[in-house]
Amino acid sequence: MVRPANRRPGQSRKAQYSLFVAYVIAVTGAVAGLLLALLSVVDPIGFAQLRVASQEIAAPIARASRSVIGSISGIDDNVGAYVSAGTQNRRLRKELADTRRQLVATSSLQEENRQLKALLKLQETDKTALANGYLLTSTSTSSKRIALLSIGRNLGVAAGQPVIGADGLIGRVLGAGPSVSQVLLMTDVDNIVPVRRARDGLPALASGRGNGDLDIRTLNIANNPFKPGDILVTSGTGGIYPPNIPVAIVVRRQDDGALARPLADPAKVDAVSVLRPYTPDNIELQGLPGPAAPSVPSPAPAAP
Amino acid sequence: MNRKGPRLGEPASLWRMRIVPVATVMAASALPLMLPLIANSPVLPPLGLLFFLCWQLLRAEMWPVWVGLPLGLWDDLFSGAPVGTAMGLWTLASIAIAYSSQRIYWRGFFHDWAIAALLIAVIQALAALIVHPQAAAGRVLGLVVPQIIISALLVPLFMRLTGKFDNFRLKRR
Repeated sequence: MVRPANRRPGQSRKAQYSLFVAYVIAVTGAVAGLLLALLSVVDPIGFAQLRVASQEIAAPIARASRSVIGSISGIDDNVGAYVSAGTQNRRLRKELADTRRQLVATSSLQEENRQLKALLKLQETDKTALANGYLLTSTSTSSKRIALLSIGRNLGVAAGQPVIGADGLIGRVLGAGPSVSQVLLMTDVDNIVPVRRARDGLPALASGRGNGDLDIRTLNIANNPFKPGDILVTSGTGGIYPPNIPVAIVVRRQDDGALARPLADPAKVDAVSVLRPYTPDNIELQGLPGPAAPSVPSPAPAAP
Repeated sequence: MNRKGPRLGEPASLWRMRIVPVATVMAASALPLMLPLIANSPVLPPLGLLFFLCWQLLRAEMWPVWVGLPLGLWDDLFSGAPVGTAMGLWTLASIAIAYSSQRIYWRGFFHDWAIAALLIAVIQALAALIVHPQAAAGRVLGLVVPQIIISALLVPLFMRLTGKFDNFRLKRR
């Protein structure tokens, strides 16, 4: 492009001032904006109303485009799968044979389990969904992994509720608007899920890597006990996610833990359920044997 | 006088001249959240930012330098980054473009491309660092590298698109 004719405003005082004022506004605004961004990292609920409004604008169009196009998802996954199809095929065949054998062994255990549970009259009420919806769309240009859920406050969705798919945990609700809500996916860098190994209950923390995988860190760092194929489920610690929701399968050992792949891929899951957060009052509400509520001491009679 | 037909030499509608650039940037910012795409990583290039930079490289004096504040706010609402990230970074990019257009006398196609690619790389990297301040910097930057490369390769295409929109913007009645 040719250089613009003349950026200097010449002798006109008014033009000089307006150019100067534009720069002052720009610099102050930029600094204020960056400060605001750093503040809203600390306080992610800031500007919630504006965000809700923007999502309410985007949601109807996302709904329409979803119904027209269907769900285009997992572009990166598809490319990767194509490249590694041969090795994957071999591996899957081996896994299938192993799994068949395990399935036979497990079926008898399952029957036994069912009978024992019936004996104990355990109720599985903790998995009842508060509401069901589907994931409409997600942020795809920034490194934040937030998806839009098709239901909002109209169906009782509120911040802090866990979201699960048929295969396992998806994430948790970050904020709810009138008819859509935003879900912080489990694979976001800032989302940490307390998990335990399904086999022996070894506690660990799962945190997203931002690219679809999870980092698993054990709480005692003395040794690295993970093996590829270990299944991780939520432990219920921390009070958001109910226990025993499938989370991820360990793919590879790492120096400080393991690399795991989520069992429920939000890109492929169709319908999701919103659960009640695993807090003491909700546990009592459902009549589950939860942690005992701290007994409130009766007020001592005032001394005369 | 015939008021219905076009008059010779009449300039384009003032409203269209002002609205088209802003509308393209706003639509491009909002578009990714309207596609039925659940992404596991930042897979789409920052469309709004690409249009924003291309408009400024094509028409250096069209916008005041503070235009990144409202447009960045709009982009922040749709990108998922905390509000203020794009406001700050886009405005700094405007200032950088204004400075570069004073320093480089005859800016060619490759200059424009290089400036846009550099600014996109810096903005996306800084935005990722702002979004995840606690995470390891190397890993966060690794997330946005593919996106930066794709965006840099797409700059000429967006330059052409911006040119098309510019022709429409200035088309005489």
